[in-house]
Amino acid sequence: MNIVPNQVLPPHATSAEPFLARYRGLRAGLPGPRAPREAAADLLRRRGLPGPRDEAWKYTNLKPLTELQFHAALTDAGDHPSPVALPHLGALAESPRVVFVAGRYRADLSQLPDQITARRFAGHLDTDAAPEHDQLLALNTLLAEDGALLAVAAGIDAGTLLLVHMGADLSGTPAAFHPRHSVHLGAGAALTLVEISAGQGTYLHNPVLNIDLQAGARLAHLRLQIESPHSFHIGAVHAAIAENAAYDSFSLILGARLARSEIHARLSGARAHAALNAAQVLRGVQHADFTTIVSHDAPCGTSRQTVKNVLDNHARGVFQGKIEVARAAQKTDGYQMNQALLLSPHAEIDCKPQLEIFADDVKCSHGATVGELDADQLFFLRSRGIPQAEARGMLVRAFLSEAVDLIRHDAARALFDDALNAWWEAQAP
Amino acid sequence: MLEIRNLQAAVVEKPILQGIDLVVPDGEIHAIMGPNGSGKSTLAYVLSGRADFAVTGGSVTFDGADLLAMEPEQRAQAGLFLAFQAPVELPGVGNANFLRTALNAVRRARGDEELDAAAFLKLAKAAARSLHMPDDMLKRNVNVGFSGGEKKRNEVLQMAILRPKLAILDETDSGLDIDALRIVGEGVNALRSEKFSALVITHHQRLLDHIVPDRVHVLAHGRIIRSGGAELARELEAQGYAHVIAEAA
Repeated sequence: MNIVPNQVLPPHATSAEPFLARYRGLRAGLPGPRAPREAAADLLRRRGLPGPRDEAWKYTNLKPLTELQFHAALTDAGDHPSPVALPHLGALAESPRVVFVAGRYRADLSQLPDQITARRFAGHLDTDAAPEHDQLLALNTLLAEDGALLAVAAGIDAGTLLLVHMGADLSGTPAAFHPRHSVHLGAGAALTLVEISAGQGTYLHNPVLNIDLQAGARLAHLRLQIESPHSFHIGAVHAAIAENAAYDSFSLILGARLARSEIHARLSGARAHAALNAAQVLRGVQHADFTTIVSHDAPCGTSRQTVKNVLDNHARGVFQGKIEVARAAQKTDGYQMNQALLLSPHAEIDCKPQLEIFADDVKCSHGATVGELDADQLFFLRSRGIPQAEARGMLVRAFLSEAVDLIRHDAARALFDDALNAWWEAQAP
Repeated sequence: MLEIRNLQAAVVEKPILQGIDLVVPDGEIHAIMGPNGSGKSTLAYVLSGRADFAVTGGSVTFDGADLLAMEPEQRAQAGLFLAFQAPVELPGVGNANFLRTALNAVRRARGDEELDAAAFLKLAKAAARSLHMPDDMLKRNVNVGFSGGEKKRNEVLQMAILRPKLAILDETDSGLDIDALRIVGEGVNALRSEKFSALVITHHQRLLDHIVPDRVHVLAHGRIIRSGGAELARELEAQGYAHVIAEAA
């Protein structure tokens, strides 16, 4: 039986048909079992792409995504290693790395340390790969072809690893990449993962990264999103954090025309810790949405979120931060702060904190501020001879420093500083 | 150095300066005294280019150039310095980084080579020591958690590092204890030369015991109503402004 997809979609839904069509074309060649992909296809047929009618997507509309045809089939484009300029890596230039170009793992550009076991994604998708209401995850499940499966054995400190994705269009045709990565840290293991998403041209980067931290493991996850200004970055991190384990993330979001970065952190063991800090620095007509869901399932967990938005021109920033505290999660300590600096009267910030607390002995706080540059501070700097653009840059950096200084890894912080400087210099007259 | 002719300025259409004439020659220190609301601080802000004051008439020439046509940063680069009455705090901006950025911006504008971090730090530490400031004031964020006196000393430190041709001290003595007052005085006196002038705005005689002015001007209702030598400050201290204002009327 053939169902015409749009006939069963709710009104005003954004059809996922371009992606479903690609799936139908690729289906036979996609790796792994068919069932989770079919479930994802079914969900996307029924619900379409997520959009403003979904509560979790109130502020972000993926319609521009459907105006492009991502014709190029990734499988056809893959194994033609071409020279690629990696993004600026600063003091991390010598660090071990896993590199993907246009959605494909590139062994020739990668270099792995002994302490990390790495396999390529071969189609293994968990049973819950297309849960109802998570069309973003379903989209990745539908079309995931490649990815890195990284594991560190119990008790090992594996140092620093770069995970780099370079997006690109394929000879001028928009391309879509849906990498499916995972990181598993055994009990007491440690890793600093520096994830860089960069690229050129028009493309969709739709990565999903599943993180599994066993008891006492520590992952520092430092993410730099400097995608092409014509690109779309629609990605999610799902982290499961066992007792005494710590997931410490910082996301610096500078790129893409339209970005949605979700982090789902589940604190499943006692005394687990999650830090989901971020800064979005946007200009032009950029739209970036940082959405977090922190689920405290066990007692004595701590979560920290300092999220800063700096928005110029007509840019729009979104922060949605949900903290769920289950009945069992007594003595939870959650903190969330969202601050926005608007550099233009046309910029917009949308902020939605949500607390759902079912335990009675918890400490959860959240706050939000929106402001512009302080005229007195600006005049003070200028009165010392500092030109206006430079003075504005200093104050923006000062505003961001409270978040960026949370990066304890010196080389990564320096790299992120470089990226911010490059952003600012590209703007200064 | 500085020539102010019939300067008039308003804030939100309320006239504050109503025709100021003042010439500060090279190498001279002039004091401006006057009661609250007489326009002293407005004069300082107008000279340094603050946007919320509208110049409605007159002219200001600084070293032969039209000061009022310059942006605030250009005025600083040309050698003008304002020591603020209430210095702002800059959370997230390190004092050393701020001072170096300012010095290099000024050096760049003057065609001098920029200083690297090491050379700058040496210079800044020497300047801080001469003002009896602990080195850690360079490491802290600009004015954050500084006491009132530390903020004022930090202003004088900026002045010592930027080495302006003309310094405007806007009530730098307010909130200073006797020792700090002496240190600030020494900081200004250390810059005294044939190429350095200063406009010292104050309510009180006491700062002028440390920075002895060549001329003293009394400002009232937006005009200079009397000028004299250093002895005028002592006369004001003894007799009060009301007496001088009544005499001039």
